[in-house]
Amino acid sequence: MTALLDVQAVTLRYKTATSLITATEGVSFKVNQSDRFVLLGPSGCGKSTLLKAVGGYLRPEAGEIRIKERTVRKPGADRMMVFQEFDQLLPWKTVLENVTFPLLKARRMSRREAEQRARSYIDKVRLTEFANSYPHTLSGGMKQRVAIARGMAMEPDILLMDEPFAALDALTRRRMQDELLQLWEDTRFTVLFVTHSIAEAIRIGNRILLLSPHPGRVKAEVVDVDCAAVEEGASARLERQIHDLLFEEEGHRE
Amino acid sequence: MNAIKQATIQMRAETVAGDTDQVLERKLGWGELLWSNTTLRKTVLILILAAAWELYARHLDNPLTFPTLSDTLASLLDNIRSGILVDRAWTSLKILVTGYVAGVALAFTVTVLAINTRIGTDFLETMTAMFNPLPAIALLPLALIWFGLGNISLAFVLIHSVLWVVALNTHAGFLSVSQTLRMVGRNYGLSGLRYVAFILIPAAFPSILTGLKIGWAFAWRTLIAAELIFGVSSGKGGLGWFIFENRNVLDIPAVFAGLLSVIIIGLVVENVIFRTLERRTVRRWGMQG
Repeated sequence: MTALLDVQAVTLRYKTATSLITATEGVSFKVNQSDRFVLLGPSGCGKSTLLKAVGGYLRPEAGEIRIKERTVRKPGADRMMVFQEFDQLLPWKTVLENVTFPLLKARRMSRREAEQRARSYIDKVRLTEFANSYPHTLSGGMKQRVAIARGMAMEPDILLMDEPFAALDALTRRRMQDELLQLWEDTRFTVLFVTHSIAEAIRIGNRILLLSPHPGRVKAEVVDVDCAAVEEGASARLERQIHDLLFEEEGHRE
Repeated sequence: MNAIKQATIQMRAETVAGDTDQVLERKLGWGELLWSNTTLRKTVLILILAAAWELYARHLDNPLTFPTLSDTLASLLDNIRSGILVDRAWTSLKILVTGYVAGVALAFTVTVLAINTRIGTDFLETMTAMFNPLPAIALLPLALIWFGLGNISLAFVLIHSVLWVVALNTHAGFLSVSQTLRMVGRNYGLSGLRYVAFILIPAAFPSILTGLKIGWAFAWRTLIAAELIFGVSSGKGGLGWFIFENRNVLDIPAVFAGLLSVIIIGLVVENVIFRTLERRTVRRWGMQG
Protein backbone atom coordinates (compact mmCIF):
# COMPACT_ATOMS: atom_id res chain seq x y z
CA MET A 1 0.00 0.00 0.00
CA THR A 2 1.39 3.39 -0.90
CA ALA A 3 1.28 6.17 1.65
CA LEU A 4 -1.12 9.09 1.33
CA LEU A 5 1.64 11.60 2.01
CA ASP A 6 5.21 10.71 1.25
CA VAL A 7 7.94 13.09 2.40
CA GLN A 8 11.28 11.96 1.02
CA ALA A 9 14.61 13.29 2.32
CA VAL A 10 13.36 16.86 2.33
CA THR A 11 15.77 19.71 2.97
CA LEU A 12 14.23 23.13 3.43
CA ARG A 13 16.01 26.47 3.47
CA TYR A 14 14.61 29.95 3.73
CA LYS A 15 16.11 33.41 3.54
CA THR A 16 15.88 36.03 6.21
CA ALA A 17 17.01 39.61 5.65
CA THR A 18 20.62 38.69 6.42
CA SER A 19 21.13 34.95 6.04
CA LEU A 20 20.07 31.65 4.56
CA ILE A 21 18.71 29.31 7.20
CA THR A 22 18.47 25.56 6.95
CA ALA A 23 15.20 24.61 8.60
CA THR A 24 15.19 20.87 8.00
CA GLU A 25 17.70 18.44 6.57
CA GLY A 26 16.90 15.13 4.97
CA VAL A 27 13.56 14.61 6.71
CA SER A 28 11.53 11.62 5.58
CA PHE A 29 8.22 10.27 6.78
CA LYS A 30 5.05 8.69 5.46
CA VAL A 31 1.50 9.44 6.49
CA ASN A 32 -1.21 6.86 5.82
CA GLN A 33 -4.93 7.31 5.36
CA SER A 34 -6.68 8.28 8.63
CA ASP A 35 -3.42 8.85 10.49
CA ARG A 36 -3.24 11.51 13.16
CA PHE A 37 0.38 12.28 12.48
CA VAL A 38 2.09 14.73 14.83
CA LEU A 39 5.31 16.64 14.15
CA LEU A 40 6.79 17.36 17.57
CA GLY A 41 9.91 19.21 18.51
CA PRO A 42 11.31 22.26 20.28
CA SER A 43 11.33 25.62 18.52
CA GLY A 44 13.85 25.74 15.71
CA CYS A 45 13.31 22.17 14.58
CA GLY A 46 11.59 23.33 11.40
CA LYS A 47 8.27 21.62 12.09
CA SER A 48 6.17 24.61 10.96
CA THR A 49 8.38 25.12 7.92
CA LEU A 50 7.92 21.46 7.07
CA LEU A 51 4.15 21.82 7.31
CA LYS A 52 4.26 24.90 5.06
CA ALA A 53 6.26 22.90 2.54
CA VAL A 54 3.60 20.18 2.56
CA GLY A 55 1.09 23.02 2.13
CA GLY A 56 3.02 24.04 -0.98
CA TYR A 57 4.15 27.45 0.23
CA LEU A 58 7.80 26.47 0.13
CA ARG A 59 9.79 24.40 -2.38
CA PRO A 60 12.20 21.82 -0.96
CA GLU A 61 15.86 22.40 -1.84
CA ALA A 62 16.34 18.68 -1.98
CA GLY A 63 13.97 15.74 -1.72
CA GLU A 64 10.36 15.48 -2.71
CA ILE A 65 6.92 15.77 -1.16
CA ARG A 66 4.25 13.65 -2.80
CA ILE A 67 0.59 13.47 -1.95
CA LYS A 68 -1.40 10.67 -3.54
CA GLU A 69 1.50 10.13 -5.95
CA ARG A 70 1.42 13.76 -7.12
CA THR A 71 4.39 16.00 -6.36
CA VAL A 72 3.44 19.07 -4.32
CA ARG A 73 4.35 22.23 -6.24
CA LYS A 74 2.01 24.93 -5.01
CA PRO A 75 -0.72 25.52 -2.42
CA GLY A 76 -4.00 23.85 -3.16
CA ALA A 77 -7.34 22.96 -1.65
CA ASP A 78 -6.48 19.26 -1.47
CA ARG A 79 -4.38 20.20 1.58
CA MET A 80 -6.41 22.53 3.79
CA MET A 81 -4.47 24.50 6.39
CA VAL A 82 -5.59 25.42 9.90
CA PHE A 83 -3.32 28.12 11.30
CA GLN A 84 -2.49 29.19 14.82
CA GLU A 85 -3.51 32.81 14.25
CA PHE A 86 -7.07 33.90 14.99
CA ASP A 87 -7.07 36.18 11.93
CA GLN A 88 -7.17 33.23 9.54
CA LEU A 89 -10.91 33.70 8.99
CA LEU A 90 -11.95 36.27 6.41
CA PRO A 91 -13.33 39.06 8.62
CA TRP A 92 -15.71 40.32 5.91
CA LYS A 93 -17.56 37.01 5.79
CA THR A 94 -19.86 35.42 8.34
CA VAL A 95 -19.09 32.00 9.81
CA LEU A 96 -21.30 30.33 7.20
CA GLU A 97 -19.80 32.35 4.34
CA ASN A 98 -16.29 31.59 5.55
CA VAL A 99 -16.96 27.86 5.38
CA THR A 100 -18.91 28.13 2.11
CA PHE A 101 -16.44 30.34 0.26
CA PRO A 102 -13.70 27.79 -0.51
CA LEU A 103 -16.36 25.22 -1.45
CA LEU A 104 -17.66 27.67 -4.06
CA LYS A 105 -14.28 28.86 -5.30
CA ALA A 106 -12.06 25.81 -5.10
CA ARG A 107 -14.60 22.97 -5.35
CA ARG A 108 -16.92 24.89 -7.70
CA MET A 109 -20.00 23.57 -5.91
CA SER A 110 -23.41 25.08 -6.43
CA ARG A 111 -24.38 27.56 -3.72
CA ARG A 112 -27.10 25.30 -2.32
CA GLU A 113 -24.88 22.29 -2.14
CA ALA A 114 -22.04 24.29 -0.58
CA GLU A 115 -24.28 25.84 2.06
CA GLN A 116 -25.75 22.50 2.95
CA ARG A 117 -22.35 20.96 3.44
CA ALA A 118 -21.04 24.02 5.31
CA ARG A 119 -23.99 23.90 7.70
CA SER A 120 -23.47 20.23 8.48
CA TYR A 121 -19.81 20.89 9.42
CA ILE A 122 -20.72 24.01 11.42
CA ASP A 123 -23.14 21.77 13.32
CA LYS A 124 -20.33 19.29 13.92
CA VAL A 125 -18.20 21.95 15.63
CA ARG A 126 -21.29 23.08 17.60
CA LEU A 127 -21.52 26.61 16.17
CA THR A 128 -24.98 26.25 14.63
CA GLU A 129 -26.37 29.35 16.29
CA PHE A 130 -23.36 31.45 15.25
CA ALA A 131 -23.60 30.64 11.53
CA ASN A 132 -24.52 34.22 10.69
CA SER A 133 -22.09 35.93 13.07
CA TYR A 134 -19.00 37.77 11.91
CA PRO A 135 -15.64 36.42 13.15
CA HIS A 136 -14.83 39.47 15.29
CA THR A 137 -17.77 38.65 17.54
CA LEU A 138 -16.45 35.16 18.32
CA SER A 139 -14.00 34.00 20.99
CA GLY A 140 -10.60 32.58 20.05
CA GLY A 141 -11.73 28.99 20.55
CA MET A 142 -14.80 29.53 18.40
CA LYS A 143 -12.69 31.05 15.62
CA GLN A 144 -10.44 27.99 15.64
CA ARG A 145 -13.51 25.74 15.49
CA VAL A 146 -14.70 27.65 12.42
CA ALA A 147 -11.28 27.21 10.83
CA ILE A 148 -11.44 23.48 11.55
CA ALA A 149 -14.98 23.27 10.13
CA ARG A 150 -13.80 25.15 7.05
CA GLY A 151 -10.91 22.74 6.56
CA MET A 152 -13.01 19.64 7.13
CA ALA A 153 -15.89 20.80 4.94
CA MET A 154 -13.52 20.81 1.99
CA GLU A 155 -12.94 17.11 2.68
CA PRO A 156 -9.30 17.46 1.69
CA ASP A 157 -6.83 14.62 1.23
CA ILE A 158 -5.13 15.82 4.38
CA LEU A 159 -5.77 18.49 7.00
CA LEU A 160 -2.65 20.45 7.95
CA MET A 161 -2.79 21.98 11.41
CA ASP A 162 -0.09 24.40 12.51
CA GLU A 163 -0.29 24.62 16.33
CA PRO A 164 -4.00 25.44 16.04
CA PHE A 165 -4.60 25.50 19.81
CA ALA A 166 -1.37 27.19 20.92
CA ALA A 167 -2.93 30.63 21.30
CA LEU A 168 -5.85 29.37 23.41
CA ASP A 169 -6.12 29.32 27.19
CA ALA A 170 -5.40 25.98 28.86
CA LEU A 171 -9.03 25.03 29.60
CA THR A 172 -10.22 25.80 26.07
CA ARG A 173 -7.22 23.97 24.62
CA ARG A 174 -8.13 20.79 26.50
CA ARG A 175 -11.71 20.95 25.27
CA MET A 176 -10.65 21.62 21.67
CA GLN A 177 -8.31 18.61 21.74
CA ASP A 178 -11.17 16.39 22.88
CA GLU A 179 -13.45 17.85 20.24
CA LEU A 180 -10.90 17.27 17.50
CA LEU A 181 -10.60 13.62 18.56
CA GLN A 182 -14.38 13.31 18.59
CA LEU A 183 -14.53 14.73 15.06
CA TRP A 184 -11.86 12.28 14.00
CA GLU A 185 -13.90 9.40 15.45
CA ASP A 186 -16.82 10.57 13.29
CA THR A 187 -15.09 11.03 9.95
CA ARG A 188 -11.60 9.50 10.21
CA PHE A 189 -9.95 12.30 8.28
CA THR A 190 -6.16 12.35 7.86
CA VAL A 191 -4.41 15.07 9.79
CA LEU A 192 -0.84 16.33 10.01
CA PHE A 193 -0.53 18.21 13.26
CA VAL A 194 2.33 20.43 14.40
CA THR A 195 2.88 21.13 18.09
CA HIS A 196 5.64 21.85 20.58
CA SER A 197 3.66 20.40 23.49
CA ILE A 198 4.51 16.79 24.28
CA ALA A 199 1.24 16.30 26.17
CA GLU A 200 -0.75 17.61 23.22
CA ALA A 201 1.13 15.34 20.82
CA ILE A 202 0.28 12.29 22.95
CA ARG A 203 -3.37 13.30 23.26
CA ILE A 204 -3.86 14.06 19.57
CA GLY A 205 -1.64 11.67 17.68
CA ASN A 206 -1.51 8.02 16.83
CA ARG A 207 2.00 8.53 15.44
CA ILE A 208 4.51 11.13 16.55
CA LEU A 209 7.62 12.20 14.68
CA LEU A 210 10.26 13.67 17.00
CA LEU A 211 12.46 16.31 15.44
CA SER A 212 15.71 17.71 16.82
CA PRO A 213 16.59 21.36 16.24
CA HIS A 214 19.26 23.30 14.28
CA PRO A 215 18.78 21.98 11.69
CA GLY A 216 15.60 19.91 11.97
CA ARG A 217 16.34 16.20 11.68
CA VAL A 218 14.21 13.18 12.50
CA LYS A 219 15.18 11.82 15.89
CA ALA A 220 12.61 9.11 16.42
CA GLU A 221 9.13 8.04 15.58
CA VAL A 222 6.60 7.00 18.20
CA VAL A 223 4.00 4.58 16.91
CA ASP A 224 0.78 3.24 18.41
CA VAL A 225 0.48 6.26 20.66
CA ASP A 226 -3.20 5.33 21.12
CA CYS A 227 -2.16 2.47 23.44
CA ALA A 228 -0.67 4.91 25.93
CA ALA A 229 -4.05 6.49 26.50
CA VAL A 230 -5.62 3.22 27.63
CA GLU A 231 -3.28 2.22 30.44
CA GLU A 232 -3.25 4.21 33.65
CA GLY A 233 -0.11 6.36 33.95
CA ALA A 234 1.23 5.21 30.57
CA SER A 235 0.85 8.56 28.91
CA ALA A 236 2.71 10.29 31.74
CA ARG A 237 5.52 7.76 31.36
CA LEU A 238 5.60 8.24 27.59
CA GLU A 239 5.63 11.98 28.07
CA ARG A 240 8.67 11.73 30.34
CA GLN A 241 10.47 9.44 27.90
CA ILE A 242 9.86 11.79 25.00
CA HIS A 243 10.95 14.75 27.08
CA ASP A 244 14.21 13.04 28.03
CA LEU A 245 14.81 12.11 24.41
CA LEU A 246 14.23 15.62 23.12
CA PHE A 247 16.28 17.38 25.74
CA GLU A 248 19.05 14.86 26.46
CA GLU A 249 21.64 16.96 24.66
CA GLU A 250 21.15 19.85 26.99
CA GLY A 251 23.53 18.51 29.59
CA HIS A 252 21.45 16.63 32.15
CA ARG A 253 22.48 13.11 31.28
CA GLU A 254 22.67 10.60 34.10
CA MET B 1 1.48 14.40 62.81
CA ASN B 2 1.90 12.38 59.68
CA ALA B 3 -1.72 12.60 58.62
CA ILE B 4 -1.81 13.02 54.86
CA LYS B 5 -3.35 16.30 53.77
CA GLN B 6 -5.79 16.10 50.91
CA ALA B 7 -7.22 18.72 48.57
CA THR B 8 -10.88 19.27 49.34
CA ILE B 9 -13.58 21.38 47.73
CA GLN B 10 -15.54 23.57 50.18
CA MET B 11 -18.81 24.93 48.79
CA ARG B 12 -19.64 28.58 49.69
CA ALA B 13 -23.12 29.93 50.25
CA GLU B 14 -22.79 33.33 48.49
CA THR B 15 -23.84 32.24 45.03
CA VAL B 16 -26.78 30.24 46.29
CA ALA B 17 -28.79 33.17 47.64
CA GLY B 18 -30.22 34.81 44.53
CA ASP B 19 -30.77 38.43 45.54
CA THR B 20 -28.08 41.06 45.36
CA ASP B 21 -28.50 44.39 47.07
CA GLN B 22 -26.57 46.17 44.27
CA VAL B 23 -28.24 47.41 41.10
CA LEU B 24 -26.96 45.29 38.22
CA GLU B 25 -28.30 47.43 35.45
CA ARG B 26 -29.85 50.90 35.48
CA LYS B 27 -31.63 52.53 32.56
CA LEU B 28 -30.14 55.89 31.60
CA GLY B 29 -32.35 58.95 32.12
CA TRP B 30 -33.78 60.96 29.21
CA GLY B 31 -31.26 63.76 29.59
CA GLU B 32 -28.32 61.37 29.57
CA LEU B 33 -29.69 59.54 26.54
CA LEU B 34 -30.21 62.72 24.52
CA TRP B 35 -26.81 64.14 25.41
CA SER B 36 -25.07 60.92 24.34
CA ASN B 37 -26.58 61.32 20.85
CA THR B 38 -23.81 62.76 18.66
CA THR B 39 -26.15 64.03 15.94
CA LEU B 40 -28.20 65.92 18.48
CA ARG B 41 -25.16 67.56 20.07
CA LYS B 42 -23.88 68.61 16.65
CA THR B 43 -27.29 69.96 15.64
CA VAL B 44 -27.37 72.10 18.77
CA LEU B 45 -23.92 73.45 17.88
CA ILE B 46 -25.00 74.32 14.34
CA LEU B 47 -28.12 76.07 15.63
CA ILE B 48 -26.00 78.19 18.00
CA LEU B 49 -23.62 79.11 15.17
CA ALA B 50 -26.56 79.97 12.90
CA ALA B 51 -28.02 82.25 15.56
CA ALA B 52 -24.64 83.97 16.01
CA TRP B 53 -24.40 84.54 12.24
CA GLU B 54 -27.88 86.03 12.07
CA LEU B 55 -27.32 88.34 15.06
CA TYR B 56 -23.90 89.53 13.92
CA ALA B 57 -25.04 90.20 10.33
CA ARG B 58 -28.04 92.20 11.57
CA HIS B 59 -25.78 94.18 13.83
CA LEU B 60 -23.36 94.82 10.91
CA ASP B 61 -26.22 95.70 8.58
CA ASN B 62 -24.16 95.54 5.38
CA PRO B 63 -25.65 93.02 2.90
CA LEU B 64 -22.89 93.74 0.36
CA THR B 65 -20.18 92.19 2.48
CA PHE B 66 -21.98 89.94 4.95
CA PRO B 67 -25.65 89.10 4.38
CA THR B 68 -27.83 87.70 7.15
CA LEU B 69 -28.59 84.00 7.38
CA SER B 70 -32.23 84.65 6.54
CA ASP B 71 -31.28 86.53 3.36
CA THR B 72 -28.89 83.73 2.40
CA LEU B 73 -31.55 81.07 3.00
CA ALA B 74 -34.12 83.09 1.06
CA SER B 75 -31.69 83.40 -1.85
CA LEU B 76 -30.93 79.68 -1.61
CA LEU B 77 -34.63 78.81 -1.79
CA ASP B 78 -35.19 81.26 -4.67
CA ASN B 79 -32.36 79.80 -6.68
CA ILE B 80 -33.45 76.26 -5.98
CA ARG B 81 -37.04 77.10 -6.97
CA SER B 82 -35.97 78.75 -10.21
CA GLY B 83 -33.94 75.65 -10.98
CA ILE B 84 -30.67 77.49 -11.53
CA LEU B 85 -28.86 76.19 -8.47
CA VAL B 86 -30.07 72.63 -9.00
CA ASP B 87 -28.91 72.83 -12.60
CA ARG B 88 -25.48 74.17 -11.60
CA ALA B 89 -25.04 71.59 -8.86
CA TRP B 90 -26.05 68.84 -11.28
CA THR B 91 -23.48 70.05 -13.83
CA SER B 92 -20.77 70.01 -11.14
CA LEU B 93 -21.74 66.58 -9.82
CA LYS B 94 -21.85 65.02 -13.28
CA ILE B 95 -18.31 66.06 -14.14
CA LEU B 96 -17.20 65.22 -10.61
CA VAL B 97 -18.52 61.67 -10.76
CA THR B 98 -16.96 61.16 -14.19
CA GLY B 99 -13.54 62.32 -13.02
CA TYR B 100 -13.79 60.49 -9.71
CA VAL B 101 -14.78 57.16 -11.20
CA ALA B 102 -12.09 57.43 -13.88
CA GLY B 103 -9.49 58.35 -11.25
CA VAL B 104 -10.44 55.48 -8.95
CA ALA B 105 -10.47 52.98 -11.82
CA LEU B 106 -7.05 54.16 -12.93
CA ALA B 107 -5.75 54.00 -9.36
CA PHE B 108 -6.89 50.38 -9.03
CA THR B 109 -5.36 49.38 -12.34
CA VAL B 110 -2.04 51.00 -11.48
CA THR B 111 -1.97 49.47 -7.99
CA VAL B 112 -2.90 45.96 -9.11
CA LEU B 113 -0.21 46.09 -11.79
CA ALA B 114 2.26 47.50 -9.29
CA ILE B 115 1.89 44.91 -6.52
CA ASN B 116 2.85 42.00 -8.75
CA THR B 117 6.39 43.16 -9.49
CA ARG B 118 9.03 44.91 -7.47
CA ILE B 119 9.74 47.42 -10.24
CA GLY B 120 6.00 48.17 -10.45
CA THR B 121 5.96 48.87 -6.73
CA ASP B 122 8.97 51.18 -7.09
CA PHE B 123 7.25 52.98 -9.97
CA LEU B 124 4.05 53.49 -8.00
CA GLU B 125 5.88 54.68 -4.90
CA THR B 126 7.96 57.17 -6.89
CA MET B 127 4.97 58.50 -8.82
CA THR B 128 2.80 58.93 -5.73
CA ALA B 129 5.66 60.56 -3.85
CA MET B 130 6.07 63.04 -6.72
CA PHE B 131 2.49 63.83 -7.64
CA ASN B 132 0.68 63.50 -4.32
CA PRO B 133 2.03 66.81 -2.93
CA LEU B 134 1.27 68.64 -6.21
CA PRO B 135 -2.13 70.35 -5.91
CA ALA B 136 -4.26 69.26 -8.84
CA ILE B 137 -5.43 72.81 -9.47
CA ALA B 138 -1.83 73.78 -10.33
CA LEU B 139 -2.17 71.62 -13.45
CA LEU B 140 -5.24 73.47 -14.69
CA PRO B 141 -3.41 76.12 -16.77
CA LEU B 142 -1.51 73.33 -18.52
CA ALA B 143 -4.68 71.29 -18.99
CA LEU B 144 -6.36 74.30 -20.60
CA ILE B 145 -3.54 74.54 -23.15
CA TRP B 146 -3.61 70.80 -23.85
CA PHE B 147 -7.35 70.15 -23.89
CA GLY B 148 -8.90 73.62 -24.21
CA LEU B 149 -11.80 75.04 -22.25
CA GLY B 150 -14.10 72.17 -21.45
CA ASN B 151 -14.94 69.09 -19.50
CA ILE B 152 -11.84 67.20 -20.61
CA SER B 153 -9.63 69.72 -18.82
CA LEU B 154 -11.77 69.42 -15.71
CA ALA B 155 -11.73 65.64 -15.86
CA PHE B 156 -7.94 65.76 -16.24
CA VAL B 157 -7.37 67.73 -13.04
CA LEU B 158 -10.01 65.67 -11.22
CA ILE B 159 -8.32 62.41 -12.18
CA HIS B 160 -5.04 63.83 -11.00
CA SER B 161 -6.56 64.86 -7.67
CA VAL B 162 -8.03 61.38 -7.06
CA LEU B 163 -5.55 58.99 -8.65
CA TRP B 164 -2.50 59.36 -6.42
CA VAL B 165 -4.16 59.46 -3.05
CA VAL B 166 -6.37 56.46 -3.83
CA ALA B 167 -3.43 54.53 -5.29
CA LEU B 168 -1.29 55.37 -2.27
CA ASN B 169 -3.88 54.17 0.23
CA THR B 170 -4.83 51.07 -1.77
CA HIS B 171 -1.19 50.11 -2.10
CA ALA B 172 -0.55 50.63 1.61
CA GLY B 173 -3.66 48.55 2.33
CA PHE B 174 -2.50 45.69 0.10
CA LEU B 175 0.90 45.68 1.78
CA SER B 176 -0.64 45.48 5.25
CA VAL B 177 -2.74 42.37 4.53
CA SER B 178 -1.58 39.75 7.04
CA GLN B 179 0.59 36.85 5.97
CA THR B 180 -2.00 34.41 7.34
CA LEU B 181 -4.80 35.78 5.15
CA ARG B 182 -2.52 35.66 2.11
CA MET B 183 -1.74 32.01 2.83
CA VAL B 184 -5.44 31.26 3.31
CA GLY B 185 -6.20 32.81 -0.08
CA ARG B 186 -3.53 30.76 -1.82
CA ASN B 187 -4.70 27.66 0.04
CA TYR B 188 -8.03 28.10 -1.78
CA GLY B 189 -6.09 28.02 -5.03
CA LEU B 190 -6.84 31.67 -5.77
CA SER B 191 -4.31 33.53 -7.89
CA GLY B 192 -4.02 36.57 -10.12
CA LEU B 193 -7.07 38.80 -10.35
CA ARG B 194 -9.28 36.38 -8.39
CA TYR B 195 -6.81 36.57 -5.50
CA VAL B 196 -6.83 40.38 -5.67
CA ALA B 197 -10.62 40.58 -5.89
CA PHE B 198 -11.53 37.99 -3.25
CA ILE B 199 -8.72 38.44 -0.73
CA LEU B 200 -6.61 41.57 -1.13
CA ILE B 201 -9.33 44.14 -1.82
CA PRO B 202 -11.69 43.16 1.01
CA ALA B 203 -8.78 42.65 3.43
CA ALA B 204 -7.39 46.09 2.55
CA PHE B 205 -10.81 47.71 2.50
CA PRO B 206 -10.31 49.97 5.54
CA SER B 207 -7.39 51.77 3.86
CA ILE B 208 -9.08 51.73 0.47
CA LEU B 209 -12.11 53.42 2.00
CA THR B 210 -9.90 56.06 3.62
CA GLY B 211 -8.31 56.69 0.21
CA LEU B 212 -11.73 56.99 -1.44
CA LYS B 213 -12.85 59.50 1.20
CA ILE B 214 -9.76 61.69 0.92
CA GLY B 215 -9.91 61.40 -2.88
CA TRP B 216 -13.52 62.56 -2.85
CA ALA B 217 -12.69 65.61 -0.70
CA PHE B 218 -9.74 66.51 -2.94
CA ALA B 219 -11.85 66.14 -6.08
CA TRP B 220 -14.73 68.26 -4.78
CA ARG B 221 -12.43 71.14 -3.76
CA THR B 222 -10.46 70.93 -6.97
CA LEU B 223 -13.60 71.04 -9.08
CA ILE B 224 -15.09 74.09 -7.38
CA ALA B 225 -11.74 75.89 -7.60
CA ALA B 226 -11.36 75.00 -11.28
CA GLU B 227 -14.85 76.26 -12.06
CA LEU B 228 -14.08 79.52 -10.28
CA ILE B 229 -11.10 79.98 -12.58
CA PHE B 230 -12.56 79.26 -15.96
CA GLY B 231 -16.24 79.03 -15.27
CA VAL B 232 -18.45 77.93 -18.11
CA SER B 233 -17.83 75.22 -20.59
CA SER B 234 -20.18 74.55 -23.46
CA GLY B 235 -22.66 77.05 -22.03
CA LYS B 236 -23.22 75.17 -18.77
CA GLY B 237 -21.52 76.30 -15.59
CA GLY B 238 -21.22 74.47 -12.29
CA LEU B 239 -21.49 75.59 -8.68
CA GLY B 240 -18.14 77.40 -8.80
CA TRP B 241 -19.35 79.36 -11.78
CA PHE B 242 -22.59 80.16 -9.94
CA ILE B 243 -20.56 81.72 -7.10
CA PHE B 244 -18.31 83.63 -9.50
CA GLU B 245 -21.22 84.89 -11.60
CA ASN B 246 -23.18 86.23 -8.62
CA ARG B 247 -20.12 87.93 -7.16
CA ASN B 248 -19.81 89.81 -10.46
CA VAL B 249 -23.36 91.13 -10.16
CA LEU B 250 -22.80 91.77 -6.43
CA ASP B 251 -25.61 89.39 -5.42
CA ILE B 252 -23.78 88.50 -2.20
CA PRO B 253 -26.62 86.46 -0.59
CA ALA B 254 -26.50 84.25 -3.71
CA VAL B 255 -22.71 83.91 -3.30
CA PHE B 256 -23.31 82.72 0.25
CA ALA B 257 -26.08 80.44 -0.98
CA GLY B 258 -23.61 78.95 -3.47
CA LEU B 259 -21.00 78.39 -0.75
CA LEU B 260 -23.65 76.84 1.48
CA SER B 261 -24.60 74.43 -1.31
CA VAL B 262 -20.96 73.38 -1.68
CA ILE B 263 -20.82 72.66 2.05
CA ILE B 264 -24.15 70.84 2.11
CA ILE B 265 -23.30 68.57 -0.82
CA GLY B 266 -19.93 67.83 0.76
CA LEU B 267 -21.57 66.97 4.07
CA VAL B 268 -24.22 64.77 2.48
CA VAL B 269 -21.68 62.71 0.57
CA GLU B 270 -19.44 62.36 3.62
CA ASN B 271 -22.16 61.63 6.15
CA VAL B 272 -24.67 59.72 4.08
CA ILE B 273 -22.79 57.88 1.36
CA PHE B 274 -19.43 57.22 2.99
CA ARG B 275 -20.84 56.75 6.49
CA THR B 276 -23.32 54.17 5.19
CA LEU B 277 -20.60 52.40 3.24
CA GLU B 278 -18.45 52.35 6.36
CA ARG B 279 -21.24 50.98 8.54
CA ARG B 280 -22.11 48.26 6.05
CA THR B 281 -18.51 47.16 5.58
CA VAL B 282 -15.58 47.80 7.89
CA ARG B 283 -17.67 48.44 11.00
CA ARG B 284 -19.83 45.39 10.50
CA TRP B 285 -16.72 43.30 9.87
CA GLY B 286 -15.05 44.64 13.01
CA MET B 287 -12.09 45.87 10.98
CA GLN B 288 -12.29 49.41 12.35
CA GLY B 289 -13.11 50.76 15.81
